[in-house]
Amino acid sequence: MKVLVPVKRVIDYNVKARVKPDQTGVDLANVKMSMNPFCEIAVEEAVRLKEKGVATEVVAVSIGPQQAGETLRTALAMGADRAILVQTTEDLEPLAVAKVLAAIIGKETPDLVIMGKQAIDGDNNATGQMLATLLDWPQATFASALEVSGKKAKVTREVDGGLQTLEIDLPGIVTADLRLNEPRYASLPNIMKAKKKELAVEELASLGVDTAPRLKVVKVTEPPKRSGGIKVESAADLVSKLKTEAGVL
Amino acid sequence: MAVLVIADHDNATLKDNTEKTVTAALKLSSDVDVLVAGKGAKAVADAAAKITGVRKVLLAESDELGEGLAESMEALVVPLMANYDAVLTPATSQGKNFSPRIAAKLDVAQISEITDVVDGSTFVRPIYAGNALETVQSSDAKKVITVRATAFKAAADGGSAKVETIPAPAKPAKTHFIDQKLVKSARPELSGAKIVVSGGRAMGSAEEFQKVIEPLADKLGAAVGASRAAVDAGYAPNDYQVGQTGKVVAPELYIAIGISGAIQHLAGMKDSKVIVAINKDADAPIFQVADYGLVADYKTAVPELMAALTAAGK
Repeated sequence: MKVLVPVKRVIDYNVKARVKPDQTGVDLANVKMSMNPFCEIAVEEAVRLKEKGVATEVVAVSIGPQQAGETLRTALAMGADRAILVQTTEDLEPLAVAKVLAAIIGKETPDLVIMGKQAIDGDNNATGQMLATLLDWPQATFASALEVSGKKAKVTREVDGGLQTLEIDLPGIVTADLRLNEPRYASLPNIMKAKKKELAVEELASLGVDTAPRLKVVKVTEPPKRSGGIKVESAADLVSKLKTEAGVL
Repeated sequence: MAVLVIADHDNATLKDNTEKTVTAALKLSSDVDVLVAGKGAKAVADAAAKITGVRKVLLAESDELGEGLAESMEALVVPLMANYDAVLTPATSQGKNFSPRIAAKLDVAQISEITDVVDGSTFVRPIYAGNALETVQSSDAKKVITVRATAFKAAADGGSAKVETIPAPAKPAKTHFIDQKLVKSARPELSGAKIVVSGGRAMGSAEEFQKVIEPLADKLGAAVGASRAAVDAGYAPNDYQVGQTGKVVAPELYIAIGISGAIQHLAGMKDSKVIVAINKDADAPIFQVADYGLVADYKTAVPELMAALTAAGK
Protein backbone atom coordinates (compact mmCIF):
# COMPACT_ATOMS: atom_id res chain seq x y z
CA MET A 1 0.00 0.00 0.00
CA LYS A 2 1.30 3.41 -0.98
CA VAL A 3 0.75 6.37 1.34
CA LEU A 4 1.10 9.96 0.15
CA VAL A 5 1.74 12.73 2.66
CA PRO A 6 1.50 16.39 1.62
CA VAL A 7 3.59 18.68 3.83
CA LYS A 8 3.84 22.45 4.12
CA ARG A 9 6.71 24.71 5.07
CA VAL A 10 5.44 27.37 7.47
CA ILE A 11 6.69 29.81 10.07
CA ASP A 12 8.02 27.83 13.04
CA TYR A 13 5.43 26.95 15.64
CA ASN A 14 7.24 28.87 18.38
CA VAL A 15 7.81 32.09 16.45
CA LYS A 16 5.39 34.96 16.82
CA ALA A 17 4.23 36.20 13.43
CA ARG A 18 4.77 39.93 12.84
CA VAL A 19 2.74 42.00 10.47
CA LYS A 20 4.71 44.04 7.90
CA PRO A 21 4.47 47.79 8.42
CA ASP A 22 3.00 48.26 4.92
CA GLN A 23 0.15 45.86 5.81
CA THR A 24 0.79 43.59 2.84
CA GLY A 25 1.31 40.46 4.87
CA VAL A 26 3.32 38.78 7.58
CA ASP A 27 7.07 39.31 7.61
CA LEU A 28 8.77 36.01 6.81
CA ALA A 29 12.24 37.39 6.05
CA ASN A 30 14.87 35.86 8.33
CA VAL A 31 12.21 33.99 10.29
CA LYS A 32 12.70 30.37 11.29
CA MET A 33 10.61 28.10 9.08
CA SER A 34 9.66 24.48 9.85
CA MET A 35 7.31 21.76 8.83
CA ASN A 36 3.72 22.57 9.80
CA PRO A 37 3.11 20.66 13.09
CA PHE A 38 0.01 18.86 11.79
CA CYS A 39 1.98 17.75 8.71
CA GLU A 40 4.63 16.29 11.03
CA ILE A 41 1.93 14.23 12.70
CA ALA A 42 0.77 13.05 9.27
CA VAL A 43 4.31 12.01 8.27
CA GLU A 44 4.75 10.18 11.58
CA GLU A 45 1.51 8.26 11.08
CA ALA A 46 2.49 7.23 7.56
CA VAL A 47 5.94 6.09 8.73
CA ARG A 48 4.36 4.08 11.54
CA LEU A 49 2.10 2.37 9.00
CA LYS A 50 5.21 1.41 7.09
CA GLU A 51 6.95 0.15 10.22
CA LYS A 52 3.89 -1.99 10.96
CA GLY A 53 4.14 -3.48 7.51
CA VAL A 54 0.83 -1.98 6.41
CA ALA A 55 2.33 0.59 4.04
CA THR A 56 5.00 -0.34 1.52
CA GLU A 57 5.95 3.15 0.39
CA VAL A 58 5.59 6.64 1.86
CA VAL A 59 5.82 9.56 -0.57
CA ALA A 60 6.02 13.13 0.76
CA VAL A 61 4.87 16.03 -1.42
CA SER A 62 5.30 19.75 -0.93
CA ILE A 63 4.25 22.72 -3.02
CA GLY A 64 6.40 25.78 -2.57
CA PRO A 65 9.69 27.49 -3.25
CA GLN A 66 13.02 25.72 -3.47
CA GLN A 67 13.37 25.94 0.33
CA ALA A 68 10.33 23.67 0.73
CA GLY A 69 12.83 20.99 -0.31
CA GLU A 70 14.31 21.30 3.20
CA THR A 71 10.90 20.47 4.65
CA LEU A 72 10.76 17.43 2.40
CA ARG A 73 14.22 16.39 3.62
CA THR A 74 12.80 16.48 7.14
CA ALA A 75 10.00 14.16 6.04
CA LEU A 76 12.58 11.86 4.44
CA ALA A 77 14.66 11.90 7.62
CA MET A 78 11.56 10.92 9.61
CA GLY A 79 11.20 7.89 7.35
CA ALA A 80 9.43 8.82 4.11
CA ASP A 81 10.88 6.92 1.14
CA ARG A 82 10.93 9.63 -1.48
CA ALA A 83 9.70 13.13 -2.07
CA ILE A 84 8.22 15.35 -4.74
CA LEU A 85 8.58 19.12 -4.74
CA VAL A 86 6.15 21.05 -6.88
CA GLN A 87 8.15 24.20 -7.23
CA THR A 88 6.53 27.62 -7.29
CA THR A 89 7.00 31.01 -5.72
CA GLU A 90 3.26 31.67 -5.89
CA ASP A 91 1.33 31.57 -2.65
CA LEU A 92 -1.44 29.08 -3.38
CA GLU A 93 -4.89 29.07 -1.80
CA PRO A 94 -6.27 25.78 -0.41
CA LEU A 95 -8.41 25.14 -3.50
CA ALA A 96 -5.37 25.49 -5.76
CA VAL A 97 -3.29 23.29 -3.45
CA ALA A 98 -6.01 20.65 -3.57
CA LYS A 99 -6.02 20.80 -7.38
CA VAL A 100 -2.24 20.44 -7.58
CA LEU A 101 -2.31 17.52 -5.13
CA ALA A 102 -5.10 15.90 -7.15
CA ALA A 103 -2.86 16.12 -10.24
CA ILE A 104 0.05 14.51 -8.36
CA ILE A 105 -2.24 11.83 -6.95
CA GLY A 106 -3.42 11.11 -10.50
CA LYS A 107 0.16 10.15 -11.37
CA GLU A 108 1.14 8.50 -8.08
CA THR A 109 -2.12 6.61 -7.40
CA PRO A 110 -1.63 6.19 -3.62
CA ASP A 111 -4.07 4.10 -1.59
CA LEU A 112 -4.18 6.55 1.28
CA VAL A 113 -3.41 10.23 1.76
CA ILE A 114 -2.61 11.42 5.28
CA MET A 115 -2.25 15.17 5.76
CA GLY A 116 -2.43 17.77 8.51
CA LYS A 117 -5.87 19.15 9.35
CA GLN A 118 -4.67 22.73 8.96
CA ALA A 119 -1.57 24.80 8.36
CA ILE A 120 -0.67 27.21 11.12
CA ASP A 121 -0.10 30.14 8.74
CA GLY A 122 -3.39 30.48 6.84
CA ASP A 123 -5.37 28.53 9.48
CA ASN A 124 -7.86 27.55 6.78
CA ASN A 125 -8.49 23.89 7.61
CA ALA A 126 -9.80 23.22 4.12
CA THR A 127 -7.30 21.51 1.81
CA GLY A 128 -7.93 17.89 2.86
CA GLN A 129 -11.69 18.21 2.56
CA MET A 130 -11.35 19.93 -0.84
CA LEU A 131 -8.97 17.26 -2.09
CA ALA A 132 -11.38 14.49 -1.06
CA THR A 133 -14.16 16.27 -2.91
CA LEU A 134 -12.15 16.82 -6.09
CA LEU A 135 -11.05 13.16 -6.16
CA ASP A 136 -14.43 11.85 -5.01
CA TRP A 137 -12.61 9.92 -2.32
CA PRO A 138 -14.07 9.47 1.17
CA GLN A 139 -12.70 11.73 3.90
CA ALA A 140 -12.07 11.31 7.60
CA THR A 141 -10.88 14.57 9.10
CA PHE A 142 -9.42 15.44 12.52
CA ALA A 143 -8.20 11.90 13.13
CA SER A 144 -7.02 10.87 16.59
CA ALA A 145 -6.66 7.19 15.72
CA LEU A 146 -6.20 5.31 12.47
CA GLU A 147 -6.43 1.61 11.78
CA VAL A 148 -5.91 0.30 8.26
CA SER A 149 -6.98 -3.21 7.30
CA GLY A 150 -7.14 -4.32 3.70
CA LYS A 151 -9.03 -1.79 1.60
CA LYS A 152 -10.60 -0.05 4.58
CA ALA A 153 -9.52 2.46 7.21
CA LYS A 154 -11.19 2.88 10.57
CA VAL A 155 -10.72 6.42 11.79
CA THR A 156 -11.53 7.92 15.18
CA ARG A 157 -12.32 11.61 14.74
CA GLU A 158 -12.24 14.48 17.21
CA VAL A 159 -15.68 16.13 17.11
CA ASP A 160 -17.23 18.76 19.37
CA GLY A 161 -18.03 17.05 22.64
CA GLY A 162 -16.43 13.70 21.96
CA LEU A 163 -15.26 11.18 19.38
CA GLN A 164 -16.77 9.80 16.22
CA THR A 165 -15.63 6.65 14.45
CA LEU A 166 -15.96 6.24 10.71
CA GLU A 167 -14.90 3.54 8.32
CA ILE A 168 -13.83 4.68 4.88
CA ASP A 169 -13.16 2.66 1.74
CA LEU A 170 -9.69 3.19 0.36
CA PRO A 171 -8.37 5.12 -1.43
CA GLY A 172 -9.29 7.87 0.98
CA ILE A 173 -8.13 11.04 2.71
CA VAL A 174 -7.35 11.25 6.42
CA THR A 175 -6.48 14.58 8.09
CA ALA A 176 -4.45 14.46 11.28
CA ASP A 177 -5.41 16.08 14.57
CA LEU A 178 -3.03 16.62 17.47
CA ARG A 179 -3.54 13.43 19.36
CA LEU A 180 -3.02 11.04 16.48
CA ASN A 181 0.59 10.54 17.59
CA GLU A 182 3.68 12.29 18.86
CA PRO A 183 6.08 12.81 15.96
CA ARG A 184 9.63 11.55 16.33
CA TYR A 185 12.75 13.62 16.04
CA ALA A 186 14.87 12.60 13.10
CA SER A 187 18.14 11.02 14.25
CA LEU A 188 21.45 12.21 12.83
CA PRO A 189 22.07 8.98 10.87
CA ASN A 190 18.58 9.27 9.40
CA ILE A 191 19.17 12.91 8.47
CA MET A 192 22.33 11.80 6.66
CA LYS A 193 20.46 8.97 4.94
CA ALA A 194 17.70 11.34 3.89
CA LYS A 195 20.16 13.34 1.84
CA LYS A 196 20.58 10.34 -0.46
CA LYS A 197 16.84 9.70 -0.90
CA GLU A 198 15.09 10.72 -4.11
CA LEU A 199 13.65 14.24 -4.22
CA ALA A 200 12.02 14.92 -7.58
CA VAL A 201 11.32 18.50 -8.58
CA GLU A 202 8.45 19.46 -10.86
CA GLU A 203 7.63 22.97 -11.95
CA LEU A 204 4.10 23.97 -11.01
CA ALA A 205 3.46 25.26 -14.53
CA SER A 206 4.22 21.81 -16.01
CA LEU A 207 1.16 20.36 -14.26
CA GLY A 208 -1.26 22.60 -16.16
CA VAL A 209 -3.46 23.25 -13.12
CA ASP A 210 -5.48 26.45 -12.70
CA THR A 211 -4.07 27.98 -9.53
CA ALA A 212 -5.33 31.55 -9.99
CA PRO A 213 -6.15 33.14 -6.64
CA ARG A 214 -9.82 33.72 -5.83
CA LEU A 215 -9.18 36.00 -2.91
CA LYS A 216 -7.41 39.31 -2.99
CA VAL A 217 -5.65 40.26 0.22
CA VAL A 218 -6.73 43.85 0.82
CA LYS A 219 -4.58 44.25 3.91
CA VAL A 220 -3.07 42.41 6.84
CA THR A 221 -3.19 44.18 10.18
CA GLU A 222 -2.23 43.58 13.77
CA PRO A 223 -5.06 42.50 16.02
CA PRO A 224 -6.14 45.06 18.61
CA LYS A 225 -3.72 44.88 21.54
CA ARG A 226 -4.90 43.89 24.97
CA SER A 227 -3.33 46.02 27.58
CA GLY A 228 -2.01 44.18 30.57
CA GLY A 229 -4.01 44.62 33.75
CA ILE A 230 -3.10 44.66 37.40
CA LYS A 231 -1.69 42.19 39.85
CA VAL A 232 -3.85 41.32 42.82
CA GLU A 233 -2.53 40.41 46.24
CA SER A 234 -4.71 37.48 47.17
CA ALA A 235 -7.57 35.25 46.12
CA ALA A 236 -9.95 37.30 48.29
CA ASP A 237 -8.77 40.49 46.63
CA LEU A 238 -9.36 38.85 43.23
CA VAL A 239 -12.92 37.81 44.06
CA SER A 240 -13.80 41.26 45.35
CA LYS A 241 -12.38 42.95 42.22
CA LEU A 242 -14.17 40.52 39.92
CA LYS A 243 -17.38 41.27 41.78
CA THR A 244 -17.27 45.02 42.14
CA GLU A 245 -14.82 46.32 39.53
CA ALA A 246 -15.25 43.89 36.63
CA GLY A 247 -18.83 42.89 37.44
CA VAL A 248 -18.42 39.39 36.10
CA LEU A 249 -19.32 37.36 39.19
CA MET B 1 -28.57 38.39 -2.84
CA ALA B 2 -29.83 35.51 -0.71
CA VAL B 3 -27.79 33.81 1.98
CA LEU B 4 -28.06 30.34 3.47
CA VAL B 5 -26.99 29.71 7.07
CA ILE B 6 -26.35 26.13 8.13
CA ALA B 7 -27.58 25.56 11.66
CA ASP B 8 -25.40 24.17 14.43
CA HIS B 9 -27.37 21.74 16.57
CA ASP B 10 -27.31 18.29 18.16
CA ASN B 11 -30.62 17.13 16.64
CA ALA B 12 -32.38 18.12 19.88
CA THR B 13 -31.47 21.75 20.47
CA LEU B 14 -30.30 24.66 18.37
CA LYS B 15 -26.86 25.99 19.43
CA ASP B 16 -26.37 29.73 19.73
CA ASN B 17 -23.59 29.58 17.11
CA THR B 18 -26.53 29.57 14.70
CA GLU B 19 -27.98 32.87 15.96
CA LYS B 20 -24.50 34.40 15.83
CA THR B 21 -23.98 33.21 12.27
CA VAL B 22 -27.37 34.65 11.32
CA THR B 23 -26.08 38.03 12.57
CA ALA B 24 -23.10 37.72 10.21
CA ALA B 25 -25.42 36.67 7.37
CA LEU B 26 -27.73 39.66 7.93
CA LYS B 27 -24.73 41.91 7.30
CA LEU B 28 -24.63 40.44 3.80
CA SER B 29 -28.29 40.30 2.94
CA SER B 30 -31.78 40.65 4.37
CA ASP B 31 -32.79 37.41 2.66
CA VAL B 32 -31.44 34.84 5.10
CA ASP B 33 -32.64 31.25 5.19
CA VAL B 34 -31.49 28.63 7.70
CA LEU B 35 -30.86 24.99 6.82
CA VAL B 36 -31.34 22.41 9.55
CA ALA B 37 -29.86 19.10 8.47
CA GLY B 38 -30.18 16.24 10.92
CA LYS B 39 -32.38 13.45 12.12
CA GLY B 40 -35.44 13.98 14.32
CA ALA B 41 -34.57 17.67 14.30
CA LYS B 42 -38.02 19.26 13.89
CA ALA B 43 -37.69 21.03 17.24
CA VAL B 44 -34.40 22.53 16.06
CA ALA B 45 -36.06 23.81 12.88
CA ASP B 46 -38.88 25.34 14.94
CA ALA B 47 -36.32 27.09 17.15
CA ALA B 48 -34.47 28.40 14.07
CA ALA B 49 -37.75 29.74 12.68
CA LYS B 50 -38.00 32.02 15.72
CA ILE B 51 -34.72 33.84 15.03
CA THR B 52 -35.41 37.45 14.05
CA GLY B 53 -34.54 38.16 10.44
CA VAL B 54 -34.82 34.57 9.18
CA ARG B 55 -36.95 34.33 6.02
CA LYS B 56 -37.41 30.57 5.83
CA VAL B 57 -36.11 27.40 7.46
CA LEU B 58 -35.26 24.35 5.38
CA LEU B 59 -35.35 21.00 7.15
CA ALA B 60 -33.71 17.89 5.71
CA GLU B 61 -33.55 14.63 7.64
CA SER B 62 -31.78 11.30 7.21
CA ASP B 63 -29.58 8.96 9.26
CA GLU B 64 -26.41 10.27 7.60
CA LEU B 65 -27.36 13.91 8.11
CA GLY B 66 -28.03 13.09 11.77
CA GLU B 67 -24.55 11.61 11.97
CA GLY B 68 -23.18 14.71 10.30
CA LEU B 69 -21.38 12.93 7.47
CA ALA B 70 -19.52 15.52 5.42
CA GLU B 71 -20.30 13.84 2.09
CA SER B 72 -24.03 13.96 2.88
CA MET B 73 -23.93 17.59 3.95
CA GLU B 74 -22.18 18.56 0.73
CA ALA B 75 -24.61 16.56 -1.41
CA LEU B 76 -27.49 18.34 0.35
CA VAL B 77 -26.16 21.88 0.17
CA VAL B 78 -24.54 22.08 -3.27
CA PRO B 79 -27.81 21.80 -5.27
CA LEU B 80 -29.45 24.35 -2.94
CA MET B 81 -26.75 26.86 -3.87
CA ALA B 82 -28.53 27.46 -7.18
CA ASN B 83 -30.79 29.70 -5.06
CA TYR B 84 -28.16 31.40 -2.90
CA ASP B 85 -25.19 33.70 -3.36
CA ALA B 86 -23.50 32.75 -0.11
CA VAL B 87 -23.52 29.97 2.47
CA LEU B 88 -22.39 30.64 6.03
CA THR B 89 -21.57 27.86 8.46
CA PRO B 90 -20.46 28.21 12.09
CA ALA B 91 -16.79 27.14 12.30
CA THR B 92 -17.41 24.18 14.60
CA SER B 93 -15.62 20.87 14.07
CA GLN B 94 -18.71 19.78 12.17
CA GLY B 95 -18.86 22.92 10.01
CA LYS B 96 -15.13 22.79 9.28
CA ASN B 97 -15.58 19.20 8.19
CA PHE B 98 -18.11 19.77 5.41
CA SER B 99 -17.93 23.43 4.38
CA PRO B 100 -14.71 23.14 2.30
CA ARG B 101 -16.38 20.35 0.34
CA ILE B 102 -19.14 22.73 -0.72
CA ALA B 103 -16.52 25.24 -1.83
CA ALA B 104 -14.56 22.64 -3.80
CA LYS B 105 -17.71 21.36 -5.51
CA LEU B 106 -18.70 24.91 -6.48
CA ASP B 107 -15.08 25.61 -7.52
CA VAL B 108 -14.78 28.61 -5.22
CA ALA B 109 -12.50 29.55 -2.34
CA GLN B 110 -13.64 28.98 1.21
CA ILE B 111 -13.28 32.05 3.37
CA SER B 112 -12.48 30.46 6.71
CA GLU B 113 -13.50 31.69 10.18
CA ILE B 114 -14.49 35.24 9.38
CA THR B 115 -14.68 37.63 12.32
CA ASP B 116 -16.15 40.60 10.43
CA VAL B 117 -18.08 41.44 7.30
CA VAL B 118 -16.76 44.56 5.54
CA ASP B 119 -19.07 44.36 2.52
CA GLY B 120 -20.73 41.73 0.33
CA SER B 121 -17.41 40.37 -0.88
CA THR B 122 -14.90 41.56 1.72
CA PHE B 123 -14.26 39.82 5.01
CA VAL B 124 -11.85 39.86 7.94
CA ARG B 125 -10.35 36.65 9.23
CA PRO B 126 -7.58 35.82 11.70
CA ILE B 127 -4.44 34.11 10.38
CA TYR B 128 -1.27 32.92 12.17
CA ALA B 129 -3.17 31.95 15.30
CA GLY B 130 -4.80 35.35 15.50
CA ASN B 131 -1.48 37.18 15.43
CA ALA B 132 -2.63 38.92 12.27
CA LEU B 133 -5.96 39.86 10.78
CA GLU B 134 -6.37 39.43 7.05
CA THR B 135 -8.93 41.39 5.05
CA VAL B 136 -9.77 39.47 1.89
CA GLN B 137 -11.94 40.29 -1.09
CA SER B 138 -13.51 37.39 -2.93
CA SER B 139 -13.90 37.38 -6.69
CA ASP B 140 -16.02 34.22 -6.68
CA ALA B 141 -19.67 34.45 -7.73
CA LYS B 142 -20.73 32.35 -4.76
CA LYS B 143 -19.22 32.75 -1.34
CA VAL B 144 -18.60 29.79 0.94
CA ILE B 145 -17.81 31.07 4.40
CA THR B 146 -17.24 29.67 7.86
CA VAL B 147 -17.94 32.02 10.73
CA ARG B 148 -16.10 32.36 14.02
CA ALA B 149 -19.30 32.67 15.99
CA THR B 150 -17.73 34.26 19.07
CA ALA B 151 -17.04 37.39 16.99
CA PHE B 152 -20.74 38.08 16.42
CA LYS B 153 -23.65 38.83 18.75
CA ALA B 154 -26.51 36.37 18.68
CA ALA B 155 -29.55 37.48 16.66
CA ALA B 156 -32.56 37.78 18.95
CA ASP B 157 -35.67 35.64 18.93
CA GLY B 158 -38.95 37.08 17.71
CA GLY B 159 -39.34 35.80 14.17
CA SER B 160 -41.90 33.37 12.83
CA ALA B 161 -40.46 31.91 9.64
CA LYS B 162 -41.97 28.99 7.77
CA VAL B 163 -40.35 25.57 8.03
CA GLU B 164 -40.14 23.76 4.72
CA THR B 165 -39.12 20.11 4.51
CA ILE B 166 -36.75 19.23 1.69
CA PRO B 167 -35.50 15.79 0.56
CA ALA B 168 -32.26 14.36 1.93
CA PRO B 169 -29.55 13.12 -0.44
CA ALA B 170 -28.71 9.46 -1.01
CA LYS B 171 -26.41 7.64 1.44
CA PRO B 172 -22.69 8.13 0.71
CA ALA B 173 -21.17 5.00 -0.78
CA LYS B 174 -17.65 5.05 0.62
CA THR B 175 -17.99 6.46 4.14
CA HIS B 176 -19.61 4.42 6.87
CA PHE B 177 -20.61 5.64 10.31
CA ILE B 178 -19.53 3.30 13.08
CA ASP B 179 -20.32 5.15 16.30
CA GLN B 180 -20.14 8.38 18.20
CA LYS B 181 -19.19 8.78 21.86
CA LEU B 182 -20.10 12.14 23.26
CA VAL B 183 -19.02 13.10 26.75
CA LYS B 184 -22.11 13.79 28.80
CA SER B 185 -21.57 16.80 30.96
CA ALA B 186 -23.72 18.98 33.16
CA ARG B 187 -21.32 21.83 32.50
CA PRO B 188 -21.97 24.45 29.82
CA GLU B 189 -20.38 23.94 26.43
CA LEU B 190 -16.92 25.42 26.15
CA SER B 191 -17.43 27.60 23.09
CA GLY B 192 -20.60 29.26 24.41
CA ALA B 193 -19.92 29.41 28.17
CA LYS B 194 -20.07 32.71 30.10
CA ILE B 195 -17.23 31.61 32.35
CA VAL B 196 -14.34 29.29 31.44
CA VAL B 197 -11.82 27.84 33.90
CA SER B 198 -8.75 26.43 32.16
CA GLY B 199 -5.80 24.46 33.47
CA GLY B 200 -2.32 24.09 32.09
CA ARG B 201 0.64 21.79 32.27
CA ALA B 202 1.41 22.92 35.82
CA MET B 203 -1.36 20.55 36.98
CA GLY B 204 1.08 17.68 36.51
CA SER B 205 -1.50 14.89 36.14
CA ALA B 206 -5.02 14.13 34.98
CA GLU B 207 -6.04 13.47 38.62
CA GLU B 208 -4.73 16.82 39.75
CA PHE B 209 -6.45 18.53 36.81
CA GLN B 210 -9.78 17.02 37.84
CA LYS B 211 -9.20 17.77 41.51
CA VAL B 212 -8.25 21.42 40.99
CA ILE B 213 -9.96 22.72 37.86
CA GLU B 214 -13.28 20.92 37.84
CA PRO B 215 -14.56 21.84 41.35
CA LEU B 216 -13.72 25.49 40.70
CA ALA B 217 -15.52 25.36 37.35
CA ASP B 218 -18.55 23.75 38.98
CA LYS B 219 -18.62 26.36 41.72
CA LEU B 220 -18.74 29.08 39.06
CA GLY B 221 -21.06 27.22 36.70
CA ALA B 222 -18.23 27.40 34.22
CA ALA B 223 -17.00 25.30 31.33
CA VAL B 224 -13.62 23.59 31.66
CA GLY B 225 -10.79 24.35 29.25
CA ALA B 226 -7.17 23.33 28.96
CA SER B 227 -4.00 24.47 27.27
CA ARG B 228 -2.54 22.42 24.48
CA ALA B 229 0.34 21.48 26.75
CA ALA B 230 -2.11 19.98 29.25
CA VAL B 231 -3.93 18.12 26.46
CA ASP B 232 -0.70 16.86 24.92
CA ALA B 233 0.38 15.59 28.33
CA GLY B 234 -2.91 13.70 28.64
CA TYR B 235 -4.24 15.68 31.62
CA ALA B 236 -7.38 16.74 29.78
CA PRO B 237 -9.32 15.52 26.73
CA ASN B 238 -8.73 17.24 23.41
CA ASP B 239 -12.17 18.80 23.23
CA TYR B 240 -11.18 20.89 26.29
CA GLN B 241 -8.39 22.47 24.29
CA VAL B 242 -8.48 26.25 23.96
CA GLY B 243 -6.20 27.76 21.33
CA GLN B 244 -5.30 27.94 17.70
CA THR B 245 -5.50 24.19 17.33
CA GLY B 246 -8.48 23.79 19.62
CA LYS B 247 -11.46 25.98 20.40
CA VAL B 248 -11.67 29.74 20.28
CA VAL B 249 -13.63 31.12 23.20
CA ALA B 250 -14.67 34.61 24.24
CA PRO B 251 -16.45 34.30 27.60
CA GLU B 252 -17.23 37.10 30.04
CA LEU B 253 -14.64 35.66 32.39
CA TYR B 254 -11.68 33.43 31.54
CA ILE B 255 -9.63 32.02 34.41
CA ALA B 256 -6.25 30.56 33.38
CA ILE B 257 -4.63 28.42 36.05
CA GLY B 258 -1.06 27.23 35.69
CA ILE B 259 -1.04 28.29 32.05
CA SER B 260 2.06 30.09 30.85
CA GLY B 261 0.34 31.71 27.87
CA ALA B 262 1.90 30.26 24.73
CA ILE B 263 1.03 32.13 21.52
CA GLN B 264 -1.23 29.35 20.41
CA HIS B 265 -3.22 29.40 23.67
CA LEU B 266 -3.60 33.19 23.67
CA ALA B 267 -5.04 32.89 20.15
CA GLY B 268 -7.94 30.96 21.60
CA MET B 269 -8.90 33.18 24.52
CA LYS B 270 -7.58 36.71 24.12
CA ASP B 271 -10.98 38.06 23.09
CA SER B 272 -12.47 37.14 26.48
CA LYS B 273 -14.00 40.13 28.29
CA VAL B 274 -12.10 39.66 31.53
CA ILE B 275 -9.03 37.45 31.86
CA VAL B 276 -7.69 36.20 35.18
CA ALA B 277 -4.34 34.45 35.41
CA ILE B 278 -3.02 32.47 38.34
CA ASN B 279 0.57 31.41 37.87
CA LYS B 280 3.55 31.19 40.17
CA ASP B 281 5.89 32.54 37.49
CA ALA B 282 5.54 36.33 37.58
CA ASP B 283 7.14 36.55 34.12
CA ALA B 284 4.68 34.18 32.43
CA PRO B 285 3.37 35.77 29.20
CA ILE B 286 -0.21 35.11 30.29
CA PHE B 287 0.09 38.12 32.63
CA GLN B 288 0.55 40.40 29.61
CA VAL B 289 -3.03 39.78 28.55
CA ALA B 290 -4.60 39.23 31.98
CA ASP B 291 -6.78 41.93 33.50
CA TYR B 292 -6.16 40.46 36.93
CA GLY B 293 -3.05 38.50 37.71
CA LEU B 294 -2.34 36.55 40.88
CA VAL B 295 1.25 35.43 41.22
CA ALA B 296 0.87 32.35 43.36
CA ASP B 297 1.11 28.58 43.30
CA TYR B 298 -2.26 27.24 42.20
CA LYS B 299 -2.02 24.64 44.96
CA THR B 300 -2.63 27.31 47.56
CA ALA B 301 -4.38 29.92 45.39
CA VAL B 302 -7.22 27.73 44.12
CA PRO B 303 -8.37 26.54 47.57
CA GLU B 304 -8.21 30.18 48.73
CA LEU B 305 -10.18 31.22 45.68
CA MET B 306 -12.80 28.56 46.44
CA ALA B 307 -13.04 29.83 50.01
CA ALA B 308 -13.26 33.47 48.89
CA LEU B 309 -16.04 32.57 46.44
CA THR B 310 -17.92 30.77 49.19
CA ALA B 311 -17.50 33.80 51.43
CA ALA B 312 -18.82 35.98 48.60
CA GLY B 313 -21.92 33.84 48.39
CA LYS B 314 -20.98 31.73 45.37
